[in-house]
Amino acid sequence: MGGFLSETFLAALLFGAITAAIPLLLAGLGEQMSEKAGVLNIGIEGMMIAGAYAGFLGAYYSGSFWLGFATGAAAGILVAALMALLCVRLGLNQIVIGIALTLGLEGLTALLHHFQFSRSYPRLPAAQVTPIPLLAEIPVFGPALFRHHLIVYLAVAAVFAMIWVYRRTQLGLNLQAAGDKPAALDVAGIDVVRTRTAAVLFTGGMAGLGGAYLANVGAGLFIPFITNGAGFLGIVLAMLARGRPLWVLAGALIFGGCLSLTTAAQVAGINVPTDVIQMVPFLAVMAMLVLFGRRASLPAALGIPYERGAR
Amino acid sequence: MSGDATSASATPLDASGGGGSARDIGRRLLITLGPIVVSLVLAGCVLLVLGINPLAYYGYVVDRGLLSPLGLQQTLTRMAPLLFLAAGLIVAFRAGMWNLGGDGQFLLGAVTAAASAPLLVQVLPGWLTLVAAFVIATVVAMIWSLIPALLRAYQGVNEIITTLMMSFLGVSLANVLVKLVFLDPATTVPQTRTLPVEDRLPRLFETTVTSGLLFGLVTIIAVHLMMTRTAFGLKLRVVGANPRAAVHAGLNVPLLTVTVFALSAGLIGMGGAVDIVGIQGNVRADWNPAYGLAVIPVVFLARMNGFAAIGFVFLLSVLSIGGESAARRLGVPQNFTMVLVSIVLITLAVAEYLDHRFNQARRA
Amino acid sequence: MPGMQTTTKPPEMRQAIVTLDGVTKRFPGIIANDRVDLVIRAGEVHVLLGENGAGKSTLIGMLSGLQQPDEGRILIDGKAMPIRSPSHALSLGIGTVFQHNMLVPSLTVAENLALGGKWWQKPRLGELAARVDEIARPLGININLDAVVSDLSLGEQQQVEIVRALLRNSRLLILDEATSMLTPQGIAELGALMRRLVERGLAVVFITHKLGEAAEFGDRVSVLKLGRKVGEIGPDRLRSLEHDELVDEIVSKMFGRNAGDGAISIPDRPANDEALLAVRDLRVLPGKDTSGLEAISFMVGRGEILGVAGIDGNGQKQLAEALAGQRRTDGGSVTLAGRSLDGLDVGKRRELGLRYLTDDRLGEGTVGTFPVSINYFLKQIGEPPFWRSGIEHSREINTHARDLTRQFDVRTPSLSTPVGRLSGGNIQKVLIARELAEGARAVIFNKPTYGLDLANTQATRQRIRDVAGQGLAVLLISTDLEELLSMCHRIAVMSQGRLVGTIANGAGAGERVGRLMIGLAA
Repeated sequence: MGGFLSETFLAALLFGAITAAIPLLLAGLGEQMSEKAGVLNIGIEGMMIAGAYAGFLGAYYSGSFWLGFATGAAAGILVAALMALLCVRLGLNQIVIGIALTLGLEGLTALLHHFQFSRSYPRLPAAQVTPIPLLAEIPVFGPALFRHHLIVYLAVAAVFAMIWVYRRTQLGLNLQAAGDKPAALDVAGIDVVRTRTAAVLFTGGMAGLGGAYLANVGAGLFIPFITNGAGFLGIVLAMLARGRPLWVLAGALIFGGCLSLTTAAQVAGINVPTDVIQMVPFLAVMAMLVLFGRRASLPAALGIPYERGAR
Repeated sequence: MSGDATSASATPLDASGGGGSARDIGRRLLITLGPIVVSLVLAGCVLLVLGINPLAYYGYVVDRGLLSPLGLQQTLTRMAPLLFLAAGLIVAFRAGMWNLGGDGQFLLGAVTAAASAPLLVQVLPGWLTLVAAFVIATVVAMIWSLIPALLRAYQGVNEIITTLMMSFLGVSLANVLVKLVFLDPATTVPQTRTLPVEDRLPRLFETTVTSGLLFGLVTIIAVHLMMTRTAFGLKLRVVGANPRAAVHAGLNVPLLTVTVFALSAGLIGMGGAVDIVGIQGNVRADWNPAYGLAVIPVVFLARMNGFAAIGFVFLLSVLSIGGESAARRLGVPQNFTMVLVSIVLITLAVAEYLDHRFNQARRA
Repeated sequence: MPGMQTTTKPPEMRQAIVTLDGVTKRFPGIIANDRVDLVIRAGEVHVLLGENGAGKSTLIGMLSGLQQPDEGRILIDGKAMPIRSPSHALSLGIGTVFQHNMLVPSLTVAENLALGGKWWQKPRLGELAARVDEIARPLGININLDAVVSDLSLGEQQQVEIVRALLRNSRLLILDEATSMLTPQGIAELGALMRRLVERGLAVVFITHKLGEAAEFGDRVSVLKLGRKVGEIGPDRLRSLEHDELVDEIVSKMFGRNAGDGAISIPDRPANDEALLAVRDLRVLPGKDTSGLEAISFMVGRGEILGVAGIDGNGQKQLAEALAGQRRTDGGSVTLAGRSLDGLDVGKRRELGLRYLTDDRLGEGTVGTFPVSINYFLKQIGEPPFWRSGIEHSREINTHARDLTRQFDVRTPSLSTPVGRLSGGNIQKVLIARELAEGARAVIFNKPTYGLDLANTQATRQRIRDVAGQGLAVLLISTDLEELLSMCHRIAVMSQGRLVGTIANGAGAGERVGRLMIGLAA
C-alpha cells in the first residue's frame, strides 16, 4: 500500500492511461470523419475487432509490429468498404448494417481464432518503445509520456493533422458540406457518394489501426471480443466532440485515465471486481451526456443516404 | 350497407383491392426466405473454408434443435425469454426508438429476479413470489431505461448511443451485484441463491418446456394487437413514422417517448425474469447470453410484426440450441450463429433494396 | 466565350448557348416534360413561366445535370451533349441558383464559394476575395465573405449563389423561382441585376409562376403547361405589347382562358361583426433558428377572412402554431367565441373549434406511409366513434373516410392507399376534410394553395370562401399577395414577428400592403 503514490506507481498510472487512450483516440478520430461527412458508422466496433485480429495475425506471423498495424488498418478498410458499398452507395439503413457488421465480425474473428489457436492465446513480445530524447529523462513524466511505441506519437500527431484538414483544406470543406448539405456539395460539382465513401474508408483504417494497437501493444495478444465496446466509445467521443479533434483527444485521455486508475487500484491491492473498472468509462460518458448532451449538434444529414434529385 | 356499395362505385375507391394481395404475399415470402437461403449458402462457405462440411453441420443443427424430442423441448424453452425481448423491441422500433440496450435491461431484470425470488419464496406463496419477481424485474429494467428516455424526450440526445452505454453499464452492474451483493453465501462460485425447481414456473404437460413459453406467446401477440389495433399503438406508430405529425396532431411526444422506453425495457426485463424463474433458477457470475443483440435481427426480419416474430424467434432458437450442441460435438463454436445471423441481416437489407428498385423500374 | 456584342445583333441571330430538342422526362405515373423544344440565347433573359407542376423544375434538373432526359437531346453550342452531372453542367458554363438554396449553412460565404475545388488543393481564399470583388462590384453586389451563411438573409444568400455561378465562368445562369423569398424591393434589385448580366453577354433563364415578373423582366417568355411548352413570345412582340395586353396573352396561353377568371371575389359577410377569434398581445420568444412573435393582437369576426401577408419567415408559421397550441407561448391570450384557449393543448383547442391547416402537408400534416383513412382522423386518435375504449373500429373509420373522400372529392385509388402516394392537391383535400370536420368555428389556413395546380388552387380558394360564407372565422396566411387581395376582407402584414399594420381590402390595398411589407408606412 505504501507504493500508492510512489513515483513508479504514478508513472505506471500515466503510462497505462496513454496506452488505454490510444485505441479510443484512433477510433474517435475515425468516427469523427464519418459523422462529419454524414454517415453514422455503428459498424466501427466490427472494424476495430477485424483490425485487432488481422493486426495480431500480421504481427504474430511476421514478427513486425508495423506489418501488424498495416494488416490491422487494411482489415478495417476492407470492412469499411463493405459498409460504404451498402450504406453509402446503395443507401441501406446505417443502423441495421452497422449492427450486422459488428455482430458478424465479432463472431467471425472468434470463430477464426478458435480454428487457428483453439484455446491457446499466444503472446507477442513487448512492443519496442521509442523514447523521445531528453523528454524521456524527466522524472515520472518521462517514462510515462515519452517512452511509447512510435505509433502513439503518430496518433497524437494525427489529431493536429485532422485539425489542419478540417480547417485549412478543400477536403475539410467538402466533408463538412457532405454532412451538412450534401445537395450543395453535389451541385458544386463534387461527388457526394465518393466523398462519403472516402470518409468511411478512413474510419475503417483508423478503427483497424486502433484495434491492432489494442491487441498488439495494449494487450500483447488477441482474445475474442477484445475490443469490448471500444468502438462504441469512439462513437460517443466523436458525438461529444462535435467535429473538434482536440476534444476527441481530451475525451480519450479522460477515459484512458479512468481505465488506468482502476487497473492501478487493483494492482495496489484495493479489491474491486474488474466489472467496476469496466463501468467507469461508461459512467463517465453517461455523466457527460447528461451534463452536456443538449442537442449535440450533429450534421444535418447524418444517417440519411444521399440520393441526387430527391426532395 | 347498400349505400356504401354505390358510393364506392361513384368514386374510384378500392378499385384495385383484392387482386394484387396474393401476389404481394408471395413477393413478401420471396424477399424474406430468399435472403435466408442465400445466407445459409454464404455461411456454409465460411464453414467450408474452416474445413467443416456445411451440410453435416446444418443437418446436425436441425437434428439437435428441431427433430430430437429433447432438442425441440430445449428450443421451445429457449423461445420464452426471446419472445419477451422481441415484444419489447417491436414496441420501441415501431415507435421509431432504437432501444439497443436490451442486454443490460435483460440482465438487470434477471439478476434482481434471481436475487429476490429465493428469498421471497420463504415468506410468500409460490405464485405470489413469481408475480413479485416479474414485477421487480420489470420495474428495474424500466428504471434502467429512464436516463436514455429522458435524454431523448427532453434533450434530443440520440438514444442509440445512450442505450448502448447503459447496456454496457447494466451488464457490468449485474455482474457486480452477483459478485458483491446478491452472493449466495452457501456456494464458493459467485452466484445468486437458487430458486428450487419446484418453485419455478410449472412445466408444460409431461415435457421440460417451461410455461414461460405461453406467457411469451401471449405477451408478443398482445403487443402486436396493441400496436396495430388500439389508439395507443397508433399514437406510438405516428411518433415513429413522423414525429412532427405527432406534434401537429397534438400528441404529447416526450411523454409517449418515455412510455415507449418504459414499455420496451419493462418487457425485456420480464424476459430476464422468465429466464430465471422459469429456466435457470439463479444467475452465475459473468453470465450474459447476449440475447439482446441477437433478437434485433429477428425483429427486423419479421418487419416488426409480432406473428412473424414468433416464427423467426423459433428459427433463432433452433439455431442456437442446435449450435450449442454442434459446438460440443463438431467443435464449431457458437459464434457461428452470430455470423449466420449477421449475414442474414445484410442479405435481407440488400434484398429489400433490390425489391424496391425492381418495383420502381416496373412502375416507371 | 460568345462575343460580347451579341446584344446588338437582332434577337433571332443571337447565339444559341443551349438548345433543347424534343426533350421528354417521365416519372412514375406522370410525364414531367413532354417533347419540349427550347432555345436559350446569349444576351437574353428567357423567362420560363408556368404553374406549379408545369414541369419547370424538371427542366432545370436536366439543364443542371441532376436528371437525364428519357428522350430528345440537349445541344450545347449547337452540338449534342448529354449533361451527365452537376459538375459537367458547371464545366459547360451552366450555373444554377436553385429555389431551395444550395449553400452549406455552417460554412462562411468564402468557404461556400470555394466549395467544389479539387480535394487535395488548399482553398485559395485570398485569390477568391479578389475575384469576387471583380465580379460583384460592377453588378452592385456587396457580400461579406467572412459571414457564416446561416446568419445571412435569404436575399443575401441568393446574391452569394449568383456570384458563385459567375465565379465558375457561367455563360448561362438559371434562376429557379428566385423571387419567392424576396421583398418587392429585392425583386426589383434582382431584375436590375439580371439586366446587367445579359448586357454583359450572359444568358439568363428566369423561372417563375408570376405573370407580372415575366412581363417585366423577360426578353423572351416561354410558357409551360402540364409538361408541354404551349407558347413562346419573342423579344419583338414583347416590346410591342402594352403590359396589360401582354399579361392577357400569357394568361390565355397558360390557362386557355381570360385573365378575369382568377378575379376578386370576396364573400359577403353577415352584418353581425362580433369577434369570434380574438388574440391579445401574443408573445413567443425567438428560438435558435426561428423568429419569435411580439405583441400580436387582432380579431377575426364571424364570416370574416383576415389575411396575413408578409415575406416567408417573418413569424407566420410561429403565429399559426401558437394559435393551434402546437407552440409554447410566452405571454398574451387567445379567446374563441368568448372562451379562453390559454393553456389548452392542440386537442382541446380543436375540440372547441379552432382548426389549423398546416402548409407542410407531408412534413407534419400527414403520415405519408399511413393509409388515407387513418390520416383523416390523425387528430382524433382515441376518440369515439372511431375508437372505443381505445380499440380501433375499422368499420366506423372506413365509413366516415369514404364519406369524406366523396364529399371532398379526394381522388385516391383506395382508402388504404398510403397518403404519401397521392398528388399534392389530393393530400390537401384530405387535410381540408380533416380540419373542417364537424365543430369547426375558426380555421387557420397556412399557405393553402402553395404548390397546387390551377384547378386545385381555384377549388381550395372557393372552399375557403365557402367556409367564411358559413359564418366561420378564417385566418388566411399567404405569401401570395394576389391571393390575399382576391378573397380577404382585411389584410394584416407581418414583419419580423410583429403585425405592422392592417389594411381593409379595396382599391389601392395592394400597394399599401406592399409598402408595409418592405417596412414603409402604409
